[in-house]
Amino acid sequence: MKIRSLTSGLLVTVVLLLVGCSDNTSSSRGVYMLMDTSGTYTNELKQAQRVINYILSTLQPGDSFAVARVDTGSFSEKDIVAKVTFDDRPSKANQQKRVFREKIDSFIKTVKPSPYTDITGGMLQALEWLNESNAGQKTILIFSDLKEELKKGYVRDIPLQLNGFSVVALNVTKLRSDNIDPREYLDRLSAWQNRVEAGGGNWQVVNDLERLDTALTL
Amino acid sequence: MSVSDILMITPNPVLSGIIWFVVITLVLYLARVHAHQVIIAFTRVLQNAMRLSARSVMLAEKILIQRNQEVLLNQGREASERIIEREFERVDNTVRRDLAEYPALHRQLSEEINKIDEDYKNSIDVPPEPPGWCKAVEAVAKIPSAKGDPMVSNVLEDIHQSLIKANTRATEEYRKASHQRHQLLNNMMPQWRKVRQLLQHVDKNINSLLQRSTTIDRHMEEYEGILSQTDRAVRTLSSSSLTQFFISAFVLAIAVGGAVINFHLIARPMSEMVGGTSMIMGMKLNNIAAMVIILVELAMGLFLMESMRITRMFPVIGSLNDKVRVRMVWTFFSILLFLACIEAGLAFMRELLMEEDAATRAILRGEEGVQVVQSSYLWITTAAQMGMGFVLPFALMFVAIPLETFVHSLRTVVGVVGVAMLRALSWLLRLLGNMFRFSGAALVNAYDLLIIVPLWIERLFKGRGSTATVGDGDKDDSVPYRGAA
Repeated sequence: MKIRSLTSGLLVTVVLLLVGCSDNTSSSRGVYMLMDTSGTYTNELKQAQRVINYILSTLQPGDSFAVARVDTGSFSEKDIVAKVTFDDRPSKANQQKRVFREKIDSFIKTVKPSPYTDITGGMLQALEWLNESNAGQKTILIFSDLKEELKKGYVRDIPLQLNGFSVVALNVTKLRSDNIDPREYLDRLSAWQNRVEAGGGNWQVVNDLERLDTALTL
Repeated sequence: MSVSDILMITPNPVLSGIIWFVVITLVLYLARVHAHQVIIAFTRVLQNAMRLSARSVMLAEKILIQRNQEVLLNQGREASERIIEREFERVDNTVRRDLAEYPALHRQLSEEINKIDEDYKNSIDVPPEPPGWCKAVEAVAKIPSAKGDPMVSNVLEDIHQSLIKANTRATEEYRKASHQRHQLLNNMMPQWRKVRQLLQHVDKNINSLLQRSTTIDRHMEEYEGILSQTDRAVRTLSSSSLTQFFISAFVLAIAVGGAVINFHLIARPMSEMVGGTSMIMGMKLNNIAAMVIILVELAMGLFLMESMRITRMFPVIGSLNDKVRVRMVWTFFSILLFLACIEAGLAFMRELLMEEDAATRAILRGEEGVQVVQSSYLWITTAAQMGMGFVLPFALMFVAIPLETFVHSLRTVVGVVGVAMLRALSWLLRLLGNMFRFSGAALVNAYDLLIIVPLWIERLFKGRGSTATVGDGDKDDSVPYRGAA
C-alpha cells in the first residue's frame, strides 16, 4: 500500500516537473495596425509592409491581426485592408500568414492617397475590433505622422476607452513645419500620449524601425 | 485620573519615585520566599514538560528505529529470497539442460569407448609370420652349383627364385597388415578427441553447478543473518539501501531529462492534432496531450516490466498465471510500439512544421531562396528526431527498474531522516529543559538583586544577633541552586 502511494506520489512529481517545463505563456494576442494613407505619407508604406511582415512572423496560432487604412473617415469596416484570427494549427496559421501578406502587398501597390487623416476614427474602429476578438493582450499600432486632419463635419472629440490596451506609434515622421518649429512635433506626440493615457492605455513611440525586434514587444 | 497621577504621590517626581521604589522593594522583600517558590515551581514545570516531551520523542525515535529495522530486514529478506530463488532456477535449468542429456551423453561415451576398444583389438592382431622354410631356402641357395648336375643346379635355382618370390610376397603382406594396424590406431584419434571434449563439457557443467552452489551458500548465509536479525545484516542492508537510493535517484533524474526532451519533441506537433491555443489550468492543451502520451508510455513501460516479472510493484500482475501474463506482455508491448510509432510520426511532423515556419519567415523577410539551400541536409535532423521519438518510449520503459529501487530505498531513507529529525528534536527539548532549569535559578538571583538593600540590612541584623554563626542567615533563605533539577 505504502509502495503504491509512494509510486503515485512520484508520478505526480514527474507531472509537476513536466508542467514546470511547459510553456504556459499568456493567452492570445490581438494587434490592430492603422496605416496612414494621407498625402505624402503613402511613400512610407513600404516601411509599413516591413513592420507588418515582422508582426506576422511573431504572431502565433490563436492570435488576431488586422491592418486598416487611415483615410478621410476611418471609423468603418471598409477601411480594414486585411484581418485574420490565426488557426489553432500551426500549418494552417502559416498559410494564413502568407495569404495576409499577399493581401497587404496588393493593397500597397494599389493604394491612393487620401485628402484627410482620421486617426481617431481608426482608433475607435480598432477598439471595437480588438474588443470583439477577445484577445488577452491588445495592441494598436499607428503607422502615421500623427497629424490628424478631419473633414468638415466629422466629430472626433470622443474620449477613448483604452484600458488594457497598448498603443504604439510607429515611424512618426517629422513634417516640414515640424522642422521649422519642433515644438509642433513634440506637442503632437504629447497630445496623443495624454489622450491615450487618459483613456487608461499605455503609450509607446518607436521611430527606429531597424530595431523593431527589441523596441516592439507585442 | 491617569496612571501618572496615581504614581505621583508627592509633587516632586524624584521623591515619588524613591517612595515607590522603597515600597516595591519592601513588598518584594516580604514576598521573597513565595516569589522564589513560584519561580522555581514554574521553571520546574517547564523543565519537566520538556523532559517528558523529550522522552516521548525518544520513544518515538526508538519505535521508528525498530520499524526501520523491520522494513530493512523485510526488504532484505525479500531480496535475498528472490536472489536465492533465481539461483535455484538457474541450477534447475542447468540440471535440466545438461544433466537431462546425461543418458544420451553416457550412451555416446560408451559407443565411443566401444569403438576405441574394437579398434584397439583390431590393431593388436598379429600379422602372419614369414614362412618357416626361409632357412631351407637359404640352405638351398648355398649349395655349390659346380659340384652337382647342372640340371639339379637349375632346379635348385628355380626353387631359390620361387622361395624369394614367396618371401617377398609374405613381407608385403606383413607390411600391409602393419599399415592397416597403424590406420586403425590413426582412426582412434578423433574418437579420443571426442571423448575428451565430452568429458570437458561434463566437467564444465559440474564446475558451473559447483560455482552456483557456492553462490547459493553465500546468499543463504546472508539470508540466515537477516532471519536472525544480526546487527551486521542490518548495517549491510542499511548501507546498501542508501547506495541504491542515490544511484536510483541519479538514474531517475536522467530519465526525467529524457522525458523532458521527449515532451519537447512532441508538444509542438500535438498542436496540429488538438490545437495550440486552448488552455486547461493555465496549460496549453497540446502540452497536456504530449504529457499524457509520455505518462501513458511510462505506465505501459511499468506494466510491461511488471508482466515480465522484472519488477514487483504490482502483486496483482505478478500473481497472474503465466498464460495471461504473457498475453499482457504482448498487449503492453504492442501499445508501447504503437505509441512509439506515433511519437516518431509526431517528430517527423515537428520537423515539417519547423521547415514550414522557416519558409514562412523567409517569405516574410523576402528570403525565399534560403530554404532550398538548407533542405539538402535537413533529412539528418529529421531522421534523428524520428529515431529519438521511436526509441525514447522504450528507453523510458526501463525507468521501472530504478523507480522500484527508488521507492523501496526511499522507505529506508525516509525512516533514517525521520530518526535523525526525532533525535535532533529530542536534543532540542532536553536543551530547552536545561535552560528552563537554570533560568529558574538565574531569576531567583535576579529577584534577590532587586531587593539587595533589605537583604543587606537583614544580614547586618542577623550578624549582630549571633556572631558565632555569621553568614548562616544567607543559607537559610537562599534557594538551592539545583533545587529545580
